[in-house]
Amino acid sequence: MLLLENIDVFYDQVQALKCINLEIQEGELVALLGSNGAGKTTTLMTISGILRPRDGNLTYNGYDLTRASPLGIVQLGIIQCPEGRRIFGGLSVLENLQMGAVRRKERSGVKSDLEMVCELFPVLGQRLHQNGATLSGGEQQMLAIARALMAKPQLLMMDEPSLGLAPLIVSEIFKVILKLHQQGVTILLVEQNARQALLVADRSYLLETGKIVLSGPSSELRVNPKVEHFYLGGSTA
Amino acid sequence: MEPTSRSSKKVYLPSTGLTLVALLLLVIIGLVIIDLVASAYIQRIVIGIGISIILVVGLNLSNGLTGVFSLGQIGFMAIGAYSASILTLPLYTKSVNLPDLPGWLANIQMAFLPATIIAGVLAALVALIVGLSLMRLSGPYVSVATMGFLVIVQVILINWDTLTRGARTFAGVTPYTNLWWVWGWATLTIYVNWRLARSSFGRKMIAIRDNEIAAQSLGINVMRSRLLAFTISAFFTAVAGSLWAHFIMSFSPKSFYFAQTFSVITMLVVGGMGSVSGSIIGTVSISLLSEILRNAERGLDISFIHIPPVYGASQILMSIIFVLVIIFRPKGIMGGREINISHLWSKLFPIIDEEVK
Amino acid sequence: MITIQYLVQQAINAISIGSLYALMAIGLAMVFGILRLINFAHGDLIMVGSYTALLLLVIGLPFWVAALGGITASTVVGLIMERVAYRPIRGAPDVAMLLTSFAVTIFLENTAIILFHPTSRPFPAPPILSSVITLGPFRFAILDLIAIVVAGILLILLTLFVTRTEVGISMRAASQDLLAAQLMGINVNRVIAYAFAIGSMLAGVVGLLWSARVGKVDPLMGFYPVLKAFVASVIGGLGNLPGAVLGGYVLGILEILLQGLLPANLTPFRDAFVFAVLIILLLFRPNGILGTTEREKI
Repeated sequence: MLLLENIDVFYDQVQALKCINLEIQEGELVALLGSNGAGKTTTLMTISGILRPRDGNLTYNGYDLTRASPLGIVQLGIIQCPEGRRIFGGLSVLENLQMGAVRRKERSGVKSDLEMVCELFPVLGQRLHQNGATLSGGEQQMLAIARALMAKPQLLMMDEPSLGLAPLIVSEIFKVILKLHQQGVTILLVEQNARQALLVADRSYLLETGKIVLSGPSSELRVNPKVEHFYLGGSTA
Repeated sequence: MEPTSRSSKKVYLPSTGLTLVALLLLVIIGLVIIDLVASAYIQRIVIGIGISIILVVGLNLSNGLTGVFSLGQIGFMAIGAYSASILTLPLYTKSVNLPDLPGWLANIQMAFLPATIIAGVLAALVALIVGLSLMRLSGPYVSVATMGFLVIVQVILINWDTLTRGARTFAGVTPYTNLWWVWGWATLTIYVNWRLARSSFGRKMIAIRDNEIAAQSLGINVMRSRLLAFTISAFFTAVAGSLWAHFIMSFSPKSFYFAQTFSVITMLVVGGMGSVSGSIIGTVSISLLSEILRNAERGLDISFIHIPPVYGASQILMSIIFVLVIIFRPKGIMGGREINISHLWSKLFPIIDEEVK
Repeated sequence: MITIQYLVQQAINAISIGSLYALMAIGLAMVFGILRLINFAHGDLIMVGSYTALLLLVIGLPFWVAALGGITASTVVGLIMERVAYRPIRGAPDVAMLLTSFAVTIFLENTAIILFHPTSRPFPAPPILSSVITLGPFRFAILDLIAIVVAGILLILLTLFVTRTEVGISMRAASQDLLAAQLMGINVNRVIAYAFAIGSMLAGVVGLLWSARVGKVDPLMGFYPVLKAFVASVIGGLGNLPGAVLGGYVLGILEILLQGLLPANLTPFRDAFVFAVLIILLLFRPNGILGTTEREKI
C-alpha cells in the first residue's frame, strides 16, 4: 500500500533520513521504533508531504507522492495524528472533530462517524462543547486520535501517542489502537515505548540516527538482543 | 626510493590588515581627487553615500547582529540632527529662529566636532533608557515597540516648538559637513563595527541571533549584549544625523520618519543583514540606483522617445526591488557574510606549485 | 463643565471611533494569526476603497453604488497583495514579512500620489451623513451612529462566520496551529485568501466611514489608521480576534479620555501618550489583555 524507497531527507545541510526503505500493506499495524532524534517524526512528516525528500520514491497504491502537496496527500486518506497531540486548543471538542472531517467531500458519513468516535471515547462526548485546551493530556490524545478518525483514514499514522501520559491512560490508548487494528484500519505507529508498540504491531522497523537498522515481525524484534538491551530495559520477561 | 625535490614558486599574499590599510589609502587619494576635481553634484552624492553608510552600518549593528529588528533608529538620527544643530547654530540665527530657548542653550555656540559628539552621546543615553525597557522584548513585539518610539520622537519634535520650531523647517544650519568629516566618521564607524563584529562580543550577538534560548543557556547575557549594540548603534546614527543636518542645512521632523526608515532598511537588506561589507555594498548600490532613478523621474529623452516626468516612480521601483530581493535573495548580496579578503587574494593569485624530480 | 450630556456624547464619540479601530484591527489580527505577518499595507486598503468610491461618485453614480465599488476595490487589491507579495515569501522570518508589507505600502502610496496628486480631495458624501440628530438633551452625529450600527452588524456576522461555517472555523484552527491545520487537510491557501478578503472588505468599509467623517481623501490617509489599528490589536492580543475588537474600543475610549483629561498644553502629545501606553503594555503584558501568556516552546 505505502512504499518508501531509498528516501533521503535533509534539513538544510543536515541529513535526517538516510536511504529509508519501508513498506506497509493494507490492514497491517506497523511500528516505527527509535529513540529521540532518530528521525521518526521526520519520516511521518515526509509521508504527509510537509517535508520533501531529496532522493528516493514515495508511492501509495501506485500513486507517486514524492512531490505531492500535504493537501493532496490528505485527500488520499493518509492522515497523521501528530506528535504532541496538536489539537486546536481554542476550538471546542466538537469543532476539533469537525476540522478532522474537513477533507471529506461526501458529508453523509460524517454524522455517524461523530457518533462512532464518541462511543469510542465517551469522555469526548461529555465535553463536546468545551475548549480543547481545558482537556487533560490523556483526553487531548483521545481527541487527537478521534479527530484523525473523523477524516476516515485509509492509512492512519500516529506519532508517539503515549508520550507524557500516565501508564493507565497509555494502556487505554493502546487498547483503542488495537481495536482500530481489529476493525481493519491500516496503522503506522511511531513510538519510543517499544514494549507496548511491539505487543500490538504485526511488523516493526527500528530507526537509529536516520537509518533503518532492524526490521521484521514483532515477535522477532521482541527477542532481538539489541532491542532488548536498548529499548526494553534489559529483559522482556 | 628517491626523494622528489620540489621547488615551488610561492606568491606571498598581502595580509588582510595590509589590504585594508591599502584600501584606506586608496579612499583618501580618491577623496582628494574628488575634492579637487569633481563637480559639486558628484561631491554631494559622495557625501550622501558616506552619511548613508554610517546609518546603515549602525543599523546593521542593532538589527543585523542581535536578532532584534528596531524600526526606531531614525528617531536617534533626529535626536542627533536637532541637538547638534541647536548647539552649533550661530547665536544670531538662534535668537531669531528659536527665541524661547532657555538661557544656557541660547548662549552656546559650539564647534562642529564637539557638538556632534555630544549629540551622539545624548542619543546613546536615550537609547540606554529606552533600551532598558525595550530590549527585553523580541520578535514582532520589539519591532512594534521601537516603531512606537519613532512615533513618540516624531510627536515630541512636532510639538516641542521652543526647542525644535515644531513642524516648521529648522533652517540656517551652518554647512560644516564636507567630504572629510563624513568619510572620517564613516571610516571610524566601519572600523568600530567591523572590530565589534569579529570580537567575542560579536560572536555573542550572533549566537543570540541564531538561537536565543541556547545562548542564554550558555550564560550569555542577552539583555546586556542587545542593549550595548542598541546604544552604540544609536551613537553612530545620531552622528550621521548631525552630519546630515549640517549638510542639508534645513530639515523638519518629517525628514526623520517612515520614508527615511524604509530607505535605510532597504539598503541594509539588499546588502545583507549581519555583514558590515554587505551594508556598504548595499548602501552604495541603492544610493546610486536611487540617484539614477531620481534623475529619470524628471523625464527622459532617449533619441526620439520622450518619457514624461513621473515623480514618485523611484520610490515605487525601490519597493519593487525590495520585494524582489526578499523573495529571491533574502539574505542579500553578501548573504550575511563578510568579504573574505585573504580568500579574494588567493583567487587572484593561485599558488603555483612546480614539481621537479 | 462635565455634564451627563457631555459624558454621553463623548461616550458615543469614543464608541464610534472605537468601532472603526475595531474593524481595522480585526483585519490585521486575522492575517497575523495565521501568517505571523504584520500587514502595514492594510492601511492603504482604506485609501484604495475611498478613492474608488470617490471616482464613482464623481462620475455621478449614487452613493450606495460608490460604496459597494469602494469595498470591492479594497477586497480585490487585498487579494492581489496576498498573491503577489506575501504568498511567495510564506515561511520567511517575521522580519522579512514585516518589511515586505512596508514595501507594499510605499508602492501603493506612491502609485496613488502619481495617479491622484499628493494633495487631498474633498469627499462628497451625501449631506444626510453629515447631519446631526437631536434626541432630547443629546445631539449626535448621524455618522457616529451609523458607524456604531454598521460595526455592530458586521461583528455579529463575523462571529457567526467564524463559529458556524467550516471556512471560519478553519481560519481559527489555522491561526492556532498552522501545521496541524495542514495535516487535517485544511486548504491553507484558501483560508489565507479568505482572511485577506474579509480583512480588506472591512478596511473598505472603514475607508468609507472615515472619508465621510473627515470629508476628504488623500494618498497617505491610511497611515495613521493602520498605526492605530495596530496598537488596538496589540492591546487586545496580537492575532486574537475578540482581542482585536476589544482593543479597538479600548483605544477609542483611551483616546477620548486622554483628549479630555490631558492639560491643554499637552493635548498635542496625545498620540505620544497612546504609544507610550502601548510600550508599557508590551512590557508587562505582551500578549495583550485577552492573549494567553505563551511560553516559548523549546
